[in-house]
This record gives sequence, C-alpha cells and structure tokens, in this order.
Amino acid sequence: MADHAVAHAVHDPNIGNTGLDNRKMGMWAFLGSDCMFFGSLIGTYLAYKGKSISGPLPHDVFDIPLTSYSAALLLASSLTMVLALAALQQSRVKAAGGWLFVTAMLGLHFVLNQVYEFTTFVLHHGLKLSTSLFGSSFFVLTGFHGAHVTGGVIWLLILVSLAMRGQLDARDYTKVEITGLYWHFVDIVWVAIFTVIYLIP
Amino acid sequence: MTPRRKRLDWTLVGLLGAALLLTSSCSWVGWNWDTPMSTVIPKSDFGRMTHEIFMLISWWTLGIFIAVEGGLLYVCWRFRDRPGSAIPKQVHGHTALEVSWTIAFAVILLIFAIPTIRVIFKTQEAPAATALRVDVFGKQWWWEFRYPQYKIATANELHLPAGQAAAFFLNAPDVIHSFWMPQLGGKRDVVPHRVNHITLTPDTPGEFPGQCAEYCGMSHANMRFHVIVETQADFDRWVKAQQAPPVEPTDPLAQQGKTVFTQSTCVGCHTITGLSAGQIGPDLTHFASRKRFAGSLMESTPENVAKWIEDPDHMKPGALMPNLGMTGEQSKALAAYLLSLK
Amino acid sequence: MATQAAFMPGTKVETLTFWGTVASWLTTVDHKRIGILYGTSAFIFFLVGGIEALIMRLQLARPDNTLVGAERFNELFTMHGTTMIFLAVMPLSAAFFNYMIPLLIGARDVAFPRLNALSYWIFLSGALLLNSSWLFGMAPDGGWFGYANLTTTQFSPRHTIDFWMLGLQILGISSMLAGFNFLVTIINMRAPGMTLMRMPVFVWMSFVTQFLLVLAFPAITVALILLMFDRFFGTLFYAPAAGGDPLLWQHLFWIFGHPEVYILILPAMGIVSEVLPTFARKPLFGAPVVIYSGIMIGFFGFGVWSHHMFSVGMGPVADAAFSVSTMLIAVPTGVKILNWIGTLWGGSIRFRTPLYFALGFIAMFTMGGLSGVMHASPPVDLQQTDSYFVVAHFHYVLFGGSIFGLFGGIYYWWPKISGKMLDERLGLWHFWLMLLGFNMTFFPQHYLGLIGMPRRIYTYAGDLGWNFWNMVSTIGAFLIAVSLLFFIANVFRSLRSGAVAGNDPWDARTLEWSIPSPPPVYNFARVPQVQDRDDFWLAKHGDGHGGAPRPKAAPVTAAEIAAIHMPPTSYWPIVLAIALTVMVSGLLISTYQIIIGGLATLVLMYKFAMELHRPASGHGH
Repeated sequence: MADHAVAHAVHDPNIGNTGLDNRKMGMWAFLGSDCMFFGSLIGTYLAYKGKSISGPLPHDVFDIPLTSYSAALLLASSLTMVLALAALQQSRVKAAGGWLFVTAMLGLHFVLNQVYEFTTFVLHHGLKLSTSLFGSSFFVLTGFHGAHVTGGVIWLLILVSLAMRGQLDARDYTKVEITGLYWHFVDIVWVAIFTVIYLIP
Repeated sequence: MTPRRKRLDWTLVGLLGAALLLTSSCSWVGWNWDTPMSTVIPKSDFGRMTHEIFMLISWWTLGIFIAVEGGLLYVCWRFRDRPGSAIPKQVHGHTALEVSWTIAFAVILLIFAIPTIRVIFKTQEAPAATALRVDVFGKQWWWEFRYPQYKIATANELHLPAGQAAAFFLNAPDVIHSFWMPQLGGKRDVVPHRVNHITLTPDTPGEFPGQCAEYCGMSHANMRFHVIVETQADFDRWVKAQQAPPVEPTDPLAQQGKTVFTQSTCVGCHTITGLSAGQIGPDLTHFASRKRFAGSLMESTPENVAKWIEDPDHMKPGALMPNLGMTGEQSKALAAYLLSLK
Repeated sequence: MATQAAFMPGTKVETLTFWGTVASWLTTVDHKRIGILYGTSAFIFFLVGGIEALIMRLQLARPDNTLVGAERFNELFTMHGTTMIFLAVMPLSAAFFNYMIPLLIGARDVAFPRLNALSYWIFLSGALLLNSSWLFGMAPDGGWFGYANLTTTQFSPRHTIDFWMLGLQILGISSMLAGFNFLVTIINMRAPGMTLMRMPVFVWMSFVTQFLLVLAFPAITVALILLMFDRFFGTLFYAPAAGGDPLLWQHLFWIFGHPEVYILILPAMGIVSEVLPTFARKPLFGAPVVIYSGIMIGFFGFGVWSHHMFSVGMGPVADAAFSVSTMLIAVPTGVKILNWIGTLWGGSIRFRTPLYFALGFIAMFTMGGLSGVMHASPPVDLQQTDSYFVVAHFHYVLFGGSIFGLFGGIYYWWPKISGKMLDERLGLWHFWLMLLGFNMTFFPQHYLGLIGMPRRIYTYAGDLGWNFWNMVSTIGAFLIAVSLLFFIANVFRSLRSGAVAGNDPWDARTLEWSIPSPPPVYNFARVPQVQDRDDFWLAKHGDGHGGAPRPKAAPVTAAEIAAIHMPPTSYWPIVLAIALTVMVSGLLISTYQIIIGGLATLVLMYKFAMELHRPASGHGH
C-alpha cells in the first residue's frame, strides 16, 4: 500500500507528456470550438446588418452608456478573476473565495443589466425576436453570450461554496485556472460583440 | 493456402467475372445517350460549352482511372506473396516521385481549371438587349412562365424560338426549386428573396422535358415541365394565339363549365382573361393549348382533368389546389370548358 | 460516491451476475468497452439505414411505382442520409477512435474517460430520439441537409423537422465532446518517445478529424439554433418575407458539411494506411507525405464549402474561386492514393480479408474522387448536381470509400478486440458480393444522372429511358444486403467458435499487437518506450540494415501490475445523457419538461464534475 501511495503522489494523472494539464488543454479545445460558434453568430448578425425591412433601428434603441458600463464590469471581473487565482496559488483560500465571489457578482450585474436592456427593448421600443432581422439576430447573439456568462456565474458560485466549505485549496489551482480561461474568453467575446453591434455604425 | 481454398477463391473470381461480363454485355443494350432528358447531346450554346469541358475532364479521368486501377491490379498480381518469400525491402518513400506526381496532378487540374473559369464567366454574361425575356416562377409544384414583352402568362409549357437568345429571370415565391432543362444546359436554382439568371440560345427545334431539381416538398418528383423549341414563325404564331382572348365555348357542357367556373372559388386562384384575375394557380386562359397539366404530370384528357378537379391531392400528393367538393357532373363540365380554351 | 467499484486489475468480471454485467456496461468508462458500444450501435443503425435504402430502391425499381408514396419516400431518403452519416459511419469511426487510439499511442485510456462514456450515451440518446420519430409518424422529411426555407414552419408545419433538428443537436454535442477528448488524448498521452511524426498514420488521420469535429460542428449548431428559433420563437432568420435569406442556411450548413465529409473519410484513410503496410510487409510509402496530405485536406477543407452551391447563383467570381480551391484539394487526395499503391509496390502481399477491403477502398474511392473532380467544374456541375450522378459520386466515396475502409478495420482489428479470428472464406464472400453489389447499385447511377434523372424523386415517368438501370441498381442493393448476411454469420461464428487469435496474428507493425487479445483492462502492463513509427515491427524483425536487435526487456512483475490504477466506473454519464435528452425533447412535449430536464441536467453536470473532487476513497485528483 505504501508503494502505491508513493507511486500515486509522484504521478499526477492530469499532466501529460507535454507537461501540460489535460484539463487545461481540453478547455482550450472547447474555447476554440466556442470561437467558431460565436463567429457563426456574429457572421449571421453582420450578414443581416442593415437588411431589416421594418422595426426599430439599432441606434434607435441602443443605450451605449449602459452597455459600456456593462463592458467595464466584465473587464473588471477578469481582473478579479486573476486576483482570485493568485490568492489561491498562495493558499489564501478565504481571499480567493472572496475574489471569486466578486467576480461572480460582477458577472451577475452584467447579466442583470442585459435583462434590463432586453426588457426595455421589448416593452419600450417594440423590438422582439420576431420583429425584424435585427431583433432576431441581436437577441440570439447577445442572448447566447449572456447564457455563457450566466453559466460562468453559476460555476464561480460553486467554487465559492467549495472554498467556504474548506473544499478548495492550492491543489485545485488548475481547476480555478480553467475557470479563469473560460471567464476571460467570455469577456473577450463580449469585447468583439460590443464592438461589432454597438460601436460600429 | 490449402488447395481447397484456392479452388474456392477462383470460384468467386469466376462468378465475379461472369457477372461483369453479363453487365457489360447488357451495357451495349442499355447505354443509350439519346434520351429525352439527356445532358450529353447538347442542344444550345450553353449546353455545348458545358459539354466540351465535360468531355475534356471525362477523357482525362478515364485515362487516370485506367492507369490507377490498372496499376493497382498489376501491383497486386506482381507482388503477391509467394511461399517462403523473405521480408521485402523496407522502403520508406521517394521524394522525387512525390514531387513529380504532385506536380502532374496540379498540371492536369490546371488543364481543367482554365476552360472552366472561362466558361463560368462566358455563361454568366449579361444577356443581349435583343434576348427574349422569360420570367420563371417556381412554385410548389408547378412552373409559371411569363413573357413580359408579349404580356402573356402560361404554365408548365415553355416555348422558345430556335436561334434566339433566351434570358430567364428566375423567381421563387415560396421555397427553393431548381430550373433544369437537361437537353439545353445546366440548372439554376430559383431562390426566394433573389432573382437568378440563366441565358442560353437553343439551336434547333425540338421538344423535351424539364424538371425541378431541388427537393421542394411533397410532390417535388411531380414538378415537371415541357420545353418546345420551335421556328421563329411557329413561335410567333404561338405568341399570337396566347395573346388572343379566351375562346367562347360552343359546346353546351363547356358552357355549363364556364358557368361553374365563374360561380365558384376557382376565380380566386386562377386567371382566365376577362373572367378572373387570380394569381395563385396557373393561368388557364389557353389551358387547352397545352398538352399536359398539373406540373406537366398528366395528359390533358377530359378524364384526367375531371379527376384532378374532383380530388387534386389524390392525383398529386400534397397538391395545394384544394378539394372544392365538386360533384362529378360539375367536374366534367369544368373539364369540358377548360379543354375548349385553346 | 460510495458505490463506485474501483476497477482494479485482477477483478474477475466473469463472476458478475447478468444484471451485474449489464450495470458494468452501463457504467463503464473503459475506452475499449465504449468502443464496442459505439461499434455495435453503429452497425445496427447501418442496418436500419440499409433497410431504408432497400425500400427506396424497391420503389424506384419501376416507373410510376406505388410501393411507397411521396410522403414516406421523402422520409426515407431523409432518414437514410441522416442515419448513414450520423448514426453509422461517424460512430463506426468513433468505435475505432475509442478502441484503438489509446492502444496505438501506448496509453492506458483516453484523457477523460467519463467524458468519453458521456459522449457515447449522448450519441445513443440522440440516435433514439431521431428514430423515435418513426413511431410517432413524424419522421423527418426535409432531406439530410434540410434546406431552408422548406424547413420553416410555413412549409413544414409538422414536428418532422423538429425531430431532425433536435436529434442532430444532441448528436453534435456528443461529437464535440469526443473531439475535445481525443484531441487532448493524442497530444498529451502518447507513450514516451512517440513524437508526433512517430504516431501511427491512423492516429494522425483521427487527429485531423478531431480538429474538424470541434471546429466544424459549431457552424451547424448555429444553423440549427437559428432554425429552432424560427420554428419555436418566431425569429426571421430564414424568412424571405422579412428579408431573411435561405442561403444563410446553406452557407452555415456547408461550412460544417464540407469538413464533415472529411470527418467521414479520413478515419477510413487512416485504417487503410495501417492495413496496407501490415499485409504488404513494408512500411507506408511516404508516410510523412500522407500525414501532411491529411493535414492539408483538413485545413483546406474549410475553404471549399460553396462547391455544394454552384447552382444557387453566387456569381462568377465566387463560383470560380470555390472551383479552384476544390480542385486544389484533389492534389493531396490523389497523392495519398499513389502512396498507398507505392506501399504495395515491392511488397510481399498476403491477401486476407482486411487487405481486400483496403484494396476495395482504393479502387472505389479513386472512382468517387474522379467523379468529384468533374463536380469541381461549375459548368459541368450544373448538369450533374442534384441528379443521380452526384448520388453515385458520394456513394462511391462514402460507401466504396468509408464503409469499405471501416469494414477493413473491422476485419483487421477483430482479432485484437475479441481474441478470435474471423473466417477467411466467409470474409471473402462478404467482400466479393459487397463489391459486386455495390458497383451494380451505384455505377449505373452515373449514367442515370447523365441522362437527366434528378435526385430525391419518389417516382418517375416510364418514357425517359431510366427504367432498365433503375432495376439493375435495385438488384445490386439486394446483393449488398446478402453480402452483409455473410458478415453477420461470420461474427456469430467467430464469437462462438473462432480460432484463438493470439497477440499478433497478422505479424503487424504497431503497438496494439504487442499486447494480448483482447487486451487487459490496463492495456499495457508496462508503458512502452517508442523509438520509431513501426516500433513493434522493428523490435520483432530488426531494421533490415543489420543493426543490433533490441535488448529484451525484463518480464513484467505482479507488483508493476498491482501499481496500475484504472479509473472506476461511473453512472453519471448515462444519467446525465438521459437528462439532457429529456430537456431537449421537451421542446416537442411541454415547457415543464424543458424546465425539469434542464434543472436535472444542471444538477447532474454538477454531480459529474464533483465526482472526483475530494472523494472519500482518496483516489480523486
């Protein structure tokens, strides 16, 4: 049994022969795929830009200050994510949990802003999924991004809960790092969407 | 290998050989290229340009086929395992060979690419101003043809004058279809939300079928049409006849049919000049000038027309013409009327 | 989870009860078992797709036939295509990825064994959902590439399209998860000394395939999401009346669809690249060139998609560009064929069933490739597309190519997987009848297409000259069916009383033949140290240049085996797959089902993720 324990400790089954962690590599593969996913949605949005035959136009409805604030929230959340990871590496679990919680809250704030924005569009401007090509492509693209953020928020809160219960420590660095990769990706995609949809006339 | 297995393998080979021999001898009977929808005996400029490239590629691919398959068979025979043979030399590759055959393939493809690109651009040039314009509407599951210069509309029977360029403007009011007259050239899809174009000049008079070539729902297989290429004189005669007002029925049954027509919902979907202006179904003003109907599916006989009117879906699955609940007597009368509209 | 049984080497599986055995299969995370699950399921669906084909061929044997009507026929060709591509060829390839890749790279399992099991159960759920449509009278009828706007609710009001759409989404998830898994496995779990260029060519072709899977499926995912939103939530993506463009569907679909055909053919090419060297007794000729060709095909395969759209009116510039890019891809493909022939040249060819199928692949795929070159020229393609000529083309590459290649793999690796040999005589009957039947079915279809027979028609008029060869084609199809009976008989016979295979019945070249047949659960008792692509061959026969033979390794000790740790079984994969399918199919039933299924999915995803986080047994990571 002692031999077994020694053998196990020396060999981390997650590290492959490139020295990289399987799970990190898997996340990169997933993110590559997700790039193509968002690329297709953004391509659809661009293909239909300016082609709606009726309904409110983008700049009739956009609240650029609000969405810029939301973008800033996400960018800030990427920073807090990095801080969480750094804290975990130094075994400051409480701090890590705290920063993860802040990250989650910033993400939640982003999502709530988006809910507010969608509600305004529907109730105030009469822009729904079925109103026009703009309505369809806008809601689907930003909605799927929002769903990605929501998934990330849930995931972060799970990590927070684990930290609080003493089930997260420096051994779990890679798991939190992977969370960070996903979170940064979602942030970068937002930068692209924000530019394409809101900023470019 | 034991002798018994060797015999069995030869049996298989023998069977295969016999079967191949049989099929190839059938081929002398069966490979007739001059069929109504053949693509390899072109009858237009467009068709001929296409056919030239097709023949070019075909000869080269036949040559490559013989070389590769022949090579494969030869290699299998020559290097077959013999009892007691040593492990062969472990050759890993040959760079010069790789480079050579890569270049060879690239050159052959260049030979295909150059005429291909030339013909792509030539066949998609804008039509001359003197071209005959035909507006095509692919609808589930029939074809409408309008000649705006002559202000006529017909269905499923396309008349074209030989020797004159025809410029087709392709429209799709419902779903994607594909406009294909194999004897005249390649197909072009009709796509909702855009107007596609195809221009060609048919050579000589003749008649042949066309068909929708993009799956478009239940009766896609029944979405056929008929092309009549005729002399200029015959074409002009046909145009004049189509421009004429509808024939007044003299036969009592036909007269009864006319009454039924004007009093029922037929008028909502169909046009008979002077009587109705429906745009959903085919223009019926000169219904009897056409040999077939319902997407060129059936011959225009009194029996077929009456049966169609009674129950369209039965004759053509999914037909969008509703069952109007006509009695047998009403359908016969209507049929007689329609068949009087020459 | 307290009920996990750590599957330690030496656990006697034979002592399980019947239900115990069933449970062990339902909770397996062993790549070999998952491979067998994929392979068995794939073969069953291959038969289902085959029956759909036979019914179609019966209907088309005569003009104006009334065996099946329009509606049924339209369902049959839709389901035949969808089934063969997604439920037969892809999972059959997946069976080989699963079983063989770890063995070929000297690994004990894949990177994520539970994710691997999850992929399989999601695949099976999607396959069953799709085929359940038959039972509800709602079989999809939009064609396997479901062109909009025929598939919108306006023109397809029934749930047929929804079954297709939701089934494909589920299948797509399965494929992508597997793609991530095998990408990481191939990059990160190769045995020491196995550089990328020392990987067997089958692994290389599979590697490229995984890239295609993860990068191409998102496009069809989006296309289907847009369709789903149109059909369920009133969006206007494919609504021409609102300015929507049906061609958006075509672009998105074929951006997926073209890489998809390479997903379908590359694994079979990989199999052929393993079989030929073994039976010719020399290495693959130009192996690096074959590898680079595979990479180029995968990469450039993303740049040719609109050659499926030459008839839609994209304009001469787009037509010309895609024509040229398509012709370019023919170069690496042709080069591979010549390299395979070069492998046989100078060899000492032993004719066994696996080799016959590999030869059949080369011969048939060459023909399919040549007709493909014709399609690459838009003017020529305008006559051929959407006719039986293109039907002949893709059956030559998909059946003559992929299926023949995959059968080659089955015959080749059957001894390794089952420990028994298949009968040569039955195998040859299968091969020759299938080759004859296949050519009889599809060769005349070139002719039928050239004389104007469109595809996807449930009937045709009798005066067009199509009658005779349609009948011949139908007879050929039944010959294929007969050939399969020989295969099935062979399988049963082998399992019951086949000759024992031993480790290396073919005197082969790669690592999987260095271990017992079937392999123990841990595959390799000792992780191999690799020095060459054909390492095992060199260890047996030397390098042919008189170099000193490798020193024999010390025998494996019991302690070494006891130190091997294999992942335990898990029931989260199958449960999560079921929850996911319940959620997705809720779109067809009720919103409550979506909510309940969705919540269950989320909870189960959590459980799945947490299973190995601080478990009581201490074997977690």
